[in-house]
Amino acid sequence: MKPDSTALPLGSDVIIIGGGFHGTSSAFHLSRRGAKVTLLEAEYCARHASGVNAGGVRTLGRHHAELPMARASLDLWHRLPELVGDDGSFVASGQLQIAETPQELDELRRNVAELNASGFTHEVMVDAQQAREIAPCLAHHVLGGTWVRDDGHAIPYRAVTAFRAAAQRLGAQFHEATPASSIERVGSEWRVTTPRGVFAAPWLVNAAGAWSGEFAAQAGDVVPMKPGGLMLMITQRVPHFIDPVLGATGRPLSFKQFANGTVLIGGGLHCSADVVRRHGEVDFKKLASSAKTVTDLFPHLIGINIVRAWAGVEAFMPDEIPVISLSRHAPQLVHAFGFSAHGFELGPIGGQIVAELVLDGHSTLPIEPFSVDRFAPTTVH
Amino acid sequence: MAFEASPSRTRIRMADTADIVIIGAGPAGMAAAIVARRHGATVVLLDEQPAAGGQIYRGIMSAPLQRLNVLGPDYEAGAELAREFALSGARHITGAAVWQVTGDRHVHYLRNGCVRSIRAGRVLLCTGAMERPFPMPGWTLPGVMTGGAAQILLKGSGMAPSQPVVLAGCGPLLYLLGWQYLRAGVPIAAIVDTTGRSDYRHALRHARGALAGWRYLKKGLGLMAALKSSGVPFYKGATDLHVLGDKRARGLGFVSGGRTRKVESPLILLHQGVVPNTQFSWSLRARHRWDESQLCWAPVTNEWGELDVAGIFVAGDSGGIGGARVAALQGELAGLAAVTQLGKLAAHTRDALAAPLRAEVRKNLFIRPFLDALYRPKRANRIPADRTVVCRCEEVTAGDIRGYVSLGCIGPNQVKSFGRCGMGPCQGRQCGLTVTEIIADARGVAPGETGYFRIRPPIKPITLGELANEA
Repeated sequence: MKPDSTALPLGSDVIIIGGGFHGTSSAFHLSRRGAKVTLLEAEYCARHASGVNAGGVRTLGRHHAELPMARASLDLWHRLPELVGDDGSFVASGQLQIAETPQELDELRRNVAELNASGFTHEVMVDAQQAREIAPCLAHHVLGGTWVRDDGHAIPYRAVTAFRAAAQRLGAQFHEATPASSIERVGSEWRVTTPRGVFAAPWLVNAAGAWSGEFAAQAGDVVPMKPGGLMLMITQRVPHFIDPVLGATGRPLSFKQFANGTVLIGGGLHCSADVVRRHGEVDFKKLASSAKTVTDLFPHLIGINIVRAWAGVEAFMPDEIPVISLSRHAPQLVHAFGFSAHGFELGPIGGQIVAELVLDGHSTLPIEPFSVDRFAPTTVH
Repeated sequence: MAFEASPSRTRIRMADTADIVIIGAGPAGMAAAIVARRHGATVVLLDEQPAAGGQIYRGIMSAPLQRLNVLGPDYEAGAELAREFALSGARHITGAAVWQVTGDRHVHYLRNGCVRSIRAGRVLLCTGAMERPFPMPGWTLPGVMTGGAAQILLKGSGMAPSQPVVLAGCGPLLYLLGWQYLRAGVPIAAIVDTTGRSDYRHALRHARGALAGWRYLKKGLGLMAALKSSGVPFYKGATDLHVLGDKRARGLGFVSGGRTRKVESPLILLHQGVVPNTQFSWSLRARHRWDESQLCWAPVTNEWGELDVAGIFVAGDSGGIGGARVAALQGELAGLAAVTQLGKLAAHTRDALAAPLRAEVRKNLFIRPFLDALYRPKRANRIPADRTVVCRCEEVTAGDIRGYVSLGCIGPNQVKSFGRCGMGPCQGRQCGLTVTEIIADARGVAPGETGYFRIRPPIKPITLGELANEA
């Protein structure tokens, strides 16, 4: 196809592939620091995992490597209005992770001790009575848990839209319905081919979520990323009964009630994803076990209707922590993907790190664990 | 972990299967079942109602003689089809609410609080029509109902209002309901018709089709004549419709004949035509097209009604509005194609059997362009002003939606994700078309360009407890 020259912005410093939270946040932070940004989105911004996730803003139970940036991101969540002019419907409701057996309680206790030893004090143990003060209608077998007071939840699509709108106000160019098919380094710039023409800029950010692996491979960074689906379901409105976001320890659960009364149920409910047709397939057999967990913990919800179930398409890494890294094989390329179903909370800081990598060459946060070549095979004998 | 055998799970469920699973026991579903059985296929027909008939022939096998007399001869015609269906040998599962159909043809349904599944060789979606939304100021007040819902009460249980009612809108069903109410002795305060003189002018371009479909025309004219001669106040070309009242409906305000009018009534019945019920075909991610003559989405199918999801067919009004007779014929065509795909019928036999059916479909569709033009709902009654509520589940107004569009939410799904519009229990059934047209209008593009809500299972409500029992 002949490039449509009117659609091509001239003089961009950075092209971002992917209009999810991290791509959009990168566009915002880069623009804020004066870079000229063009973002290419295959469908529309926040179409997949970024816009249809559970909206948990959670530092509780994080992989320890993620904690410095997760806590830094939480600070940004708390001042989203001054950052992007909108709160993304963030509510600092707190998050509670419950233990249903003594073993689970020990597991949580050990983790909190380890966190304290590394200087993190945001997670605190609560006993059964305190847990029920936080969530009064919790089933009686719950023994206690961990609690993070300043965690919460937001509305994913609104949060991403807030970053997109803020980036656009700063001059970032967004091209939706513009899927990148290939990337190529030519001389001192990247060329990204799309049905609407070839876009070119010195820097490239690969934030294509479940579709990132292919672009990384084209740049020589082969990673064991796997796309997958993650399911959620939401109920009809019920009278208010719980404030914080609730997670379980021994079985998958993420659970919250929104202000309008609807209850969102999810938490690591994997399903298949079709990256070619770009959707996840809801598997009600697996949702059934989630419904069982919920009705075990909150028997009063047995007769409540499920209004909708859906699946988002996400990128998973074998070690379940993301890739946020300069390319090891290609110049002027930053990867930010593979958030493995817990990248939403990291959205606000993710773009800041990407901007630092592009503009400073390094990040002020410890991101070594997220390097793109950590999976490179060691010497084969 | 998920692959370990669980010793506690002793229950072994035999997988239920059928050559053909049909959803919906209206004319399309019944006719399809009869044909499929005739050619030796095993057939399961799932339907929510306690008896066959669908909406158009609801309660046909149990209606007392007096009710048949009120409802008229067209309704009675369904009885023959229902009797043949009852003798066809198809397994008719009543009280079955189908909540998911998957692309690999697993049909999940709920019956008596239990979740059940069938694996189907072929699936026929015969889910009929639903009423077009009629958003206007006050349409969400208690005391406002759709004409279709009122007719369901009349057909199913013989229930009719005792106080004078206002019937407002356009389309054959509105006049039919008025005629049926007259025969049942229900007082009608007024019929407020949005059809105006210019509609008749536009429709006359299709007069040849109307004459070819003279039986339909004669029927319609007969209804109108009966209504007008009955002395019921009849207002033509009504505009600026709005329901009066604060806490509940008190009446209907409108402009007709250049004068502002008010008709007092505690019960306002609104209707401006029916549109395909596309919830299943959307949830299967089948391709749809915007039908500009019927102002609605319709699934894209081949000549047999098969979607671009292999082995899944649509027949009847859920594929495009054609009426009961066309629905039955399409049901037969889809049934023939399905049994042929299953190896029970030779393709040349199928084609020979299909030829007269197709001819009759064409004959029965002659009238459509005329009807579509005559009863084309008015722009103001489809694309309301800013303050009118569009999504009644989440109370989102037309102005809200226009605001979201200006923020860059340029499709129904963005509007839904941003402002909850279409996220409530009805899953967009009552606002989807309005949202499509408001966005298209605000962006200055064709409705077909905006797309539609992604429809998610469960298509029918299922409780957490019912689902948990499956764990």
